Amino acid sequence: MTRVHDMGGRFGDGPVRPEPEDAPVFATEWHGRALAVTLASGALGQWTLDASRFARESLSPADYARFSYYEKWMAGLADLLVAKGVVTRDELAGAAPAPSELSARRLPAEKVAAVLASGGPTTREGNAPRFVPGDPVRTIRPSRNTRVDGGHTRLPAYAAGAKGSVLRCHGSHVLPDTNAHGLGEAPEPLYAVAFDAAELWGQAEGAGDEVILDLWESYLEPGHG
Amino acid sequence: MPPPASSANIDAMPHDHHDHDHPHALLPPDPALRVKALETLLTAKGLIDPAALDEIIDTYAHKIGPQNGARVVAMAWADDNFRRRLLADATGVCAELGFYGRQGEHVVAVENTDEVHNIVVCTLCSCYPWPLLGMPPGWYKSDAYRARAVREPRAVLADFGMELTEGQAVRVWDSTAEIRYLVLPQRPEGTEGWDVDRLMTCVTRDSMIGTGLARVPA
Repeated sequence: MTRVHDMGGRFGDGPVRPEPEDAPVFATEWHGRALAVTLASGALGQWTLDASRFARESLSPADYARFSYYEKWMAGLADLLVAKGVVTRDELAGAAPAPSELSARRLPAEKVAAVLASGGPTTREGNAPRFVPGDPVRTIRPSRNTRVDGGHTRLPAYAAGAKGSVLRCHGSHVLPDTNAHGLGEAPEPLYAVAFDAAELWGQAEGAGDEVILDLWESYLEPGHG
Repeated sequence: MPPPASSANIDAMPHDHHDHDHPHALLPPDPALRVKALETLLTAKGLIDPAALDEIIDTYAHKIGPQNGARVVAMAWADDNFRRRLLADATGVCAELGFYGRQGEHVVAVENTDEVHNIVVCTLCSCYPWPLLGMPPGWYKSDAYRARAVREPRAVLADFGMELTEGQAVRVWDSTAEIRYLVLPQRPEGTEGWDVDRLMTCVTRDSMIGTGLARVPA
């Protein structure tokens, strides 16, 4: 069983409410600030992108449901800052801030463009892929992090134990299940795997409909036709 | 399968306690004040530069947005050789145009045809091709879209006022890894001979996510 964020296929959320194409990128001023504080804090290099996703997923289901999008980001960031020892609980609660030896890693304004433009590719040298396009595969079940109880994983529950076929191989990528938890990058071949909608949902909304997921090799077993 | 690691060498969150044990509960509840409190604390500790925050906001509010993806799509419509290169190596082709960086390190373009309509979602969070489309719109990050797009994509398209043509199957791409998907929408009728800049006016953000079609010229 995974966590509250794993909502693919859930019933009951009501209509999607489209917004005009020209709506402001940040609906309010603090949304932009929340994004920027998160990116600038990430630049301190104290956690991985996978760890920051895990921090947001680890909010209690009640908080996850009641927080708006950027509120989740702020809560995840605050929890991560404390978990990594970057700030203390007392400082969050308003105590006088102590100097930090990480200040040498502060992202200065003049480096923002270069840092955003350089990104962080996740491809790595790795083992030859076990599967090739067209191979039948089946996902593991249940969806879970096999190393850390309740840990980060990227196999959604709705696709656990499902039969699909490999569409393409993306090369070897950093494994989130380890990288989120300080257990190394453990790169594995990553595949786009196609599933018939009927296999996932019992019946398809339309003939021929498919869902495609990017899945690491350890999420997959050989299929049997 | 490696044995479960001992708790001593795992980076875990202080999860599964009561809500009030989460450090975030120490911050003010009002979201704007929360952000302000974090910014003030991190600035005081010398860990963030408020001018860098302004720069990040300016980048995504004004410099990087769906106009980048629209240029890629228009170029693919205008030049079949470019289109083939894009479908074979979108990461490289987009990088040549300067559209590379955070949340766009690995890009795959998927093409709509008379037979297949593509839609992109991230059910687990909000993965989105930032260098090509900028920050995702609110609906893309909503529970309703994340929950429903994989199970009932046609009903979701109806929420956007969109209906597929007879015989079109749907391919929903759930962005579960660091691959970012760009939908190459079908070129509208009535645009024969148009140059890239003019074609760009037909390309909407939603058409590059798959929840819309390219605009048909009036």
